[in-house]
Amino acid sequence: MSARANILARLRAGLQAAPPAALSPPEVGAWYGEHRRQEGMAARCARLRAALEAVKTEVHETTAADWPGLLLRIAQAKGLRHLLIGAGTPHGEALQARASGALTLLSYEQPIEQWRDTLFDGVDASLTLARSAIAETGSLILWPSAAEPRLMSLVPPVHFVLLDTDRIHADFHAAMLAEDWASGLPTNALLICGPSKTADIQQTLAYGAHGPRELIVLLRHPAPGNTGDTGDTA
Amino acid sequence: MNQPLIPIHPAEDFKARSRTVLNDPGARKNFRGAMDYLQSKRRAQFPDADELSSLRELGSTIRRYSLARLPDLLEQLERNLVRNGVQVHWAENAAQANEIALGIAQRVKATRIVKGKSMVSEEVGFNHAMQAAGIEAFESDMGEYIVQLAGEAPSHIIMPAIHKTKQAIAELFAKEVPGVSYTEDVDALIQIGRRVLRKKFAEADIGLSGVNFAVAETGTLCLVENEGNGRMCTTVPRVHIAITGIEKVVEKLEHVPPLYSLLTRSATGQAVTTYFNMISGPRRPGEKDGPDEVHLILVDNGRTQAYADEQLRATLQCIRCGACMNHCPVYARIGGHAYGTTYPGPIGAIISPHLLGLDSTYPLAFASTLCGACVEVCPVKIPITDLLVRLRNEAQARPGSSDATLRGSGAARTALGSAVWNAWSQVYSRLRLYRITSWFMSRGRALSPTEQGAWTRSRTPLLPAAKRLRDLIKDRKS
Repeated sequence: MSARANILARLRAGLQAAPPAALSPPEVGAWYGEHRRQEGMAARCARLRAALEAVKTEVHETTAADWPGLLLRIAQAKGLRHLLIGAGTPHGEALQARASGALTLLSYEQPIEQWRDTLFDGVDASLTLARSAIAETGSLILWPSAAEPRLMSLVPPVHFVLLDTDRIHADFHAAMLAEDWASGLPTNALLICGPSKTADIQQTLAYGAHGPRELIVLLRHPAPGNTGDTGDTA
Repeated sequence: MNQPLIPIHPAEDFKARSRTVLNDPGARKNFRGAMDYLQSKRRAQFPDADELSSLRELGSTIRRYSLARLPDLLEQLERNLVRNGVQVHWAENAAQANEIALGIAQRVKATRIVKGKSMVSEEVGFNHAMQAAGIEAFESDMGEYIVQLAGEAPSHIIMPAIHKTKQAIAELFAKEVPGVSYTEDVDALIQIGRRVLRKKFAEADIGLSGVNFAVAETGTLCLVENEGNGRMCTTVPRVHIAITGIEKVVEKLEHVPPLYSLLTRSATGQAVTTYFNMISGPRRPGEKDGPDEVHLILVDNGRTQAYADEQLRATLQCIRCGACMNHCPVYARIGGHAYGTTYPGPIGAIISPHLLGLDSTYPLAFASTLCGACVEVCPVKIPITDLLVRLRNEAQARPGSSDATLRGSGAARTALGSAVWNAWSQVYSRLRLYRITSWFMSRGRALSPTEQGAWTRSRTPLLPAAKRLRDLIKDRKS
């Protein structure tokens, strides 16, 4: 018999010999329903911001019109030489239209195998769009794609994230339900809260362990007149 | 590959190792400081007792519900992972798990493996097995990297290098990392690690990781981490191998948020970690990074023994947060290495007998005051003290009797011990015999031995009272 068959047979024999007490399915939705904060978009946005800032994240509030200029000013102030953007994304193009000589925009066009060393050693910063976010824990939700691959949010030392404030969910459970994750996830989905960190040396917190040393979030507020709501359960 | 790959210490050494640590004031101070830090961090995460209580209840229900359907969920997980393009392997024991990994490594002609944090890989002696086959297995979690550089094993399941001071790490780096001079600056030390390891990520053929939760309905592997090394290991190399125990599966994606919240808050007192990484398959056509192959190795290694018993099955509810060890008065004094097992502390005492046999691990079950601090903080409400008592009984059971149900049951049983307990039980269940015995004990107290084994090693000898309780009462009445 195969290891698989043996293991499953042992588990089934165990169940038969010692049947578990009857148990109804966990009522996860009910628990979150009871513990979820009822709040408006502004309060949710403030909670997200506070949670992110608590873990050394730079948060800026901006608008659809102003964010490229803001990003370029921050990049200049930090002395960043290059910024990696996704190939063919609207926000990448918006930035391209404004970028000047000091900051070189790079695009993630090639598979990683063809430019690994450059990515690891020669890219100062990157910009990705967050799909949504979680107010309770300050988590940014990223679904890397062919346009914005996985390593964009991991390898460059400075990571900019653009987030539309009407995409902030109350909590993790609300986010996965509202966006119906159970019916299909990408190869990689991420929750990110803060720059990479470790406390493995004598419980002393240090940032920039393996991933970005700096996380900079641009909260993009909807244009006036657009109230914006994710329409989730809260 | 029949001999164990990891050094399994004989049971007797546990006491000797514990004594050594107890006599080392520096180590005692480190452990105490670290445990106080982790305890207060956890406390701060749960300001609302009602929320904590209902969330633990929910977490416990999710884990028990998953275990009640474990074989079905494993099959569902496999189906969905395979549909997503992940290759699923099953290993009955440590040797099989390593053979599977080695098979993959040899097929893809790998010479370098970079590893994210995985306790199951420690459990099966993965690094040794790879080394023996001429393949480098390099730890990339900062704590694990430090421990590997020092030629040691982790002493805590969440904070592997918790036993080391920054001075010790500074010395280690200066000695072992080429071109590095002594510095106690933690940021500088971390940057040294970052520089060394970035090269390892870029060069590795295979990335190895553990799994925190495996979701059956979507075929998703969830990884919890702060450093980003887990993401590196699962994204940069062309092959990703995840290795995990068969108990880590949950049915639905929505079962994950409560467990994730309980895990990070209980473990290190964080609301969330920096990264929550959900992997549902290898690189798809058009994608520019991510591994071409993703493998999952599901490891039994004794877990089915715990599963076969309704009481011991609760052991498998564990989500490996380490809160039980952070709050254990025994762990806080002796640290993780004294246990001699991959998993130390209360969870180690209850899981190790299934992985390694009760015969080589039973002293761990006795090294507890049964104070219940672990039970109080366990986020999934494992009745740890009940399980410790059960394992003590198993260790004393007569081999072949109905009380001896585990591999190595009866290992602590001695002829003298059994005779003493037999006599004790006779005396205490027969009134006349009890009266006669207690009369002789009180009259003959001067004959009590002054050497009473382990008891008198650090305590004054036990001496029967000059007057029995019944005599005292009689005196008062008269």
